[in-house]
Amino acid sequence: MKQLFILLGIFAALAVVPFFVSSEFWLNAVLLTLYAALLGQSWNILGGYGGQFSFGHSLFFGVGAYSVAVFQVQLGVNPWIGLLLGGLFGSVIAVGIGFLTFRYGLRGSYFALVTLAFAEVFRIVSNSLWWTGAGEGILIELDQRAVMMQFKSLSHYYWLLWAITLVCFLTVWSLGRSRFGARLMAVRDNEDAAGAIGVDAFTVKLKAMALSGLFTGLAGVFYAQKFLYLDPGIAFGPAVSVESLLVPIVGGLGTLFGPLLGAAALHIVGEVAREMIGDAPGLNMVVFGTILVLMVMFLPRGIGGLGKMSVRNIFKGGK
Amino acid sequence: MNSAILLPSILNGTTTGALYALVALGLTLIYGVLHIINFAHGALLMVALYGVYFLYKLFGIDPYVSLLIVPPLMFCIGYVLQRLVITRASHGRDENILLVTLGLSIVIENLALFFFKSDTQVVDTPYGFEVVEIFGAFLPYPKIIAFVGALVTAGALWLFMERTDLGRSIRALAKERKGAQLVGINVPHVFAMSFGIGVGVLGIAACLLMPSYYVSPQVGQGFVLIAFTVVVLGGMGSFGGALIGGLIIGVVEAVGGLVLGESLGQIGIFAVFILILLFRPQGLLGHKV
Amino acid sequence: MLEISNLSIAFGGLKAVDAVSMSVPEGGLVSLIGPNGAGKTTCFALITGFHKPDAGNVKFCGEDITAVKPFKIAEKGMVRTFQIVQPFAGQSVLENIAVGAHLHLRDRQDALDKASSVAHEVGLGDRLEQDAADLTVAGRKRLEVARALATDPKLLLLDEVMAGLNPSEINEVIPVINAIRDGGVTILLIEHVMQAVMQLSEHTWVLNQGRLIADGPPREVAQNPVVIEAYLGKGMAERLEKEKRNA
Repeated sequence: MKQLFILLGIFAALAVVPFFVSSEFWLNAVLLTLYAALLGQSWNILGGYGGQFSFGHSLFFGVGAYSVAVFQVQLGVNPWIGLLLGGLFGSVIAVGIGFLTFRYGLRGSYFALVTLAFAEVFRIVSNSLWWTGAGEGILIELDQRAVMMQFKSLSHYYWLLWAITLVCFLTVWSLGRSRFGARLMAVRDNEDAAGAIGVDAFTVKLKAMALSGLFTGLAGVFYAQKFLYLDPGIAFGPAVSVESLLVPIVGGLGTLFGPLLGAAALHIVGEVAREMIGDAPGLNMVVFGTILVLMVMFLPRGIGGLGKMSVRNIFKGGK
Repeated sequence: MNSAILLPSILNGTTTGALYALVALGLTLIYGVLHIINFAHGALLMVALYGVYFLYKLFGIDPYVSLLIVPPLMFCIGYVLQRLVITRASHGRDENILLVTLGLSIVIENLALFFFKSDTQVVDTPYGFEVVEIFGAFLPYPKIIAFVGALVTAGALWLFMERTDLGRSIRALAKERKGAQLVGINVPHVFAMSFGIGVGVLGIAACLLMPSYYVSPQVGQGFVLIAFTVVVLGGMGSFGGALIGGLIIGVVEAVGGLVLGESLGQIGIFAVFILILLFRPQGLLGHKV
Repeated sequence: MLEISNLSIAFGGLKAVDAVSMSVPEGGLVSLIGPNGAGKTTCFALITGFHKPDAGNVKFCGEDITAVKPFKIAEKGMVRTFQIVQPFAGQSVLENIAVGAHLHLRDRQDALDKASSVAHEVGLGDRLEQDAADLTVAGRKRLEVARALATDPKLLLLDEVMAGLNPSEINEVIPVINAIRDGGVTILLIEHVMQAVMQLSEHTWVLNQGRLIADGPPREVAQNPVVIEAYLGKGMAERLEKEKRNA
C-alpha cells in the first residue's frame, strides 16, 4: 500500500506541473521524461518483470504510431479511436511474435535478436508500401482541435501523456500484488522450477507481451499525434528500442519506480552533456551508450538498487 | 524467370555472400568458444573499414597491403575489449553481454558519426572498377579477390583450430570450460585470444571489402543482423557453416531483390533468420544436442 | 495412484531409463533408490513431463499423463522438487512459496497466508522475509519442499531432499516429511541417504543403470545381494557375507 501512495503522490505532483511551470522548455523537459518513463515501463513489464529482453520494442511503438497515422490519413478514422487501435495492434503484434518465439522455446539472446529482426522486417516493409507513405513517411494534417487529438497548448499534450503513463504505472503496481505478477517473476527467475509448481510459462510470457505491446503501442500513438510525422526509421528504427531498454536498466529492472528514476536520470545527463559538449550529432548517444555499458558492468540493479545494495553490503561485510 | 538474368544475379549474390561469410567468420568463432553474442561486431567492422580507408587516404597504402596492418590492430582491440569490458559484464547472464556489446556499438558508431560525419567514403583504387565477365555476370575484380579471400580465411581458421596448440586450447575451452581449467589452460587469456582473433578476422574482412564497398558510421548496422543470420544458418561456431551460410544469404538477397525489388530484397534475409531460429536453431549443418 | 509402465528413454544410445514399471499406492510413502547415475532423476523428469519418454506410459489417478506438460501435471496434483535446488533468487522465502500457493488460489492475500502457514510447517517460519538466495543448503531444500507443498499436491515427488545435509539436519527433516504424509499427501522419494530411506519409506524400488533390479520393504532390499553389488561393486556381497560369518 505504501508503494501505491508514493506512486499516486508522484503522479499528483506531476499532474499540476503545468500550473507551476510556465516555460515551454521546462514543461517539455518533464514531458519528454514522462514519455521516456512510459516507454521504459512498458519494456520493463516484459524485460524487468518477465526477464525477456527485447531488442526490438520499436516494432510495437511503430505499429501503434502507424496505426493512428494510417487510419487517420487514409481512412479518416478519428485519432481517439486510433489511440485504441494503436494500443490494440501493438498488443496483437506482440502476442503474435511472442507466440512464434516462445512456442519454439527461444530464450535469452535469441529472443532479443528475433525481436530485432522483426522490427527490421517491419521497417523494410513500411519503406515500400504506398499507404504507409513509404520512404517519404506519412504526415498527419495539422488540425489543432481536441477532437482530433491535437492541442494548441503543450500542457494538454502533457496531460494526455500523463494519463496514459499513470495507467501503465498502475498496471505495473498491480503486478507486484497479483497472481499474474508472481508467476511472471517466477518464470523470469527460473522457468523450469515455475513449471514444476504449475506455472504455465508460455501463457504468462504471452500476457506480458500483450501488456508490454499495448503500452508501447500507446506511446507510439502519442508520438504520432505530438509530432504529426512518421517515417520507417523513426517508427521501427533502433533508437526507440534502445531508449526503451536503457531507461529501466539505468533506473532498476523489475521495479515500479525504476523507469521513472531512469528516465529522469537519463534526461538530466543528456541535458548536462549537451550543455558541456554542445549539440554535436551523436554525442548524447555516446553518453547513453557509455552509461549502458557502465550500468551493466557495475550496477546491474540500476540506480534504484543502490540504496538496497549498500544496506546488504553492510550486513554481508562488504561481500 | 529468365535464366539470362537469374544466373548473373546468382553469381553476384555468391560474391556478396562471400563477403558476408567473411564478416560472419569472426562472429561464429566468438560464439562457438565464448557462447556469447557480440552485438558490436558491425561497429567493429566499421572501425576496421575506417582504418583501411585512412591508411589509403593518408599514406596511400593499398587496401590489400593493409592486410598486414589492420587485422593485427583489430586483434589487439578485441583482446583488450574482452579482458577489460566484456568479461566483467556478464554477471552470469548472456543477455548482459548482449546489452554491453549493444552499448559498445552505440558508443563506437556515434563517436564515428561525431568525428567523421555521416558522409560515405570510398577508396578509388585503379582496379576498383575492372570487371570480368563470367556467364553474363560482370564481376568486379575486388569481389573475386574477396571471394577467394573468404575461402582462404575460412580454411586458415580451420587449420589454425585443428593444428595449433592455441587452436586446440580454444576448442577444449569451447567444449568443457571446467575441464580446460583443470588441465592448466589459462582461461581468461584463451577467451581473450578467441575474441581477439574473431575481431582480427573482421580486419581481414575490411581489407577485402573496402575496394568494392564504402564506409560510413552506420555501415556496420546493416551487417550485424546479416552476420547473425549467416551464423545461425551455418550453425553456431562452424566455419564451414558460416561460409555456406554466407553464400546462401548472398544469393537469397540477390534473387530476392530480383523478384521483390531492391528495397524489399533484404526481407529474405530476415525471413531466413527468423525461420531458422524458430525451426532449426542448431543451423542447417549443426546437430541437435 | 501413480502407475508407470515400461518407461524408457535413451540419450545418444545410452539407455538412461530402461523399461521401468512401478506403482505408487495412494497414501503411501515410498522411495526410489540407486547408485549415482542410475537414472533416478531422469525417471522423475519423465514422470512429471520434463522429458518425453521414448516408450512406456505414466498414469496418474487413472488418467494417462505421458508427456503432458509439467505445469499441467502440477495442476492435476503431482508436483516434483529438484535435486539441484532452484529457488527464485532475489525473491523472499514467502514470495517463493506463494508462487506454489497461487496454483489454486487466485487472490494474493490468500496465497500469502497459505505460503506463510506452509513455511511454518516445513520449519521456515522464522525466515519468511529472507532472500531465498541467502538460505543455507538445508534451508533451500526446505524451500523446495515448501513451494511444492503449497500447491496442495496429491502426490509429492521429492528428489534427494536430504542430500548434502548433515546428520542432525537430516533428523530434523524426517519428521517434516512424515507430517506431510500424515496430512494426506502421498510421497515418492528419490534418496541417497539410506538412513532416511530406512526410517521413512514403506516400500522401495532400486534402480541401477536405468533398470529396476529389486523392490520390497527397505530392510529386505538392503540385504539383497544384487542391490549390494550394484552399490558397492562386484564381489562385495560375497565378501560382506564372509565377513559376517567370520565375525
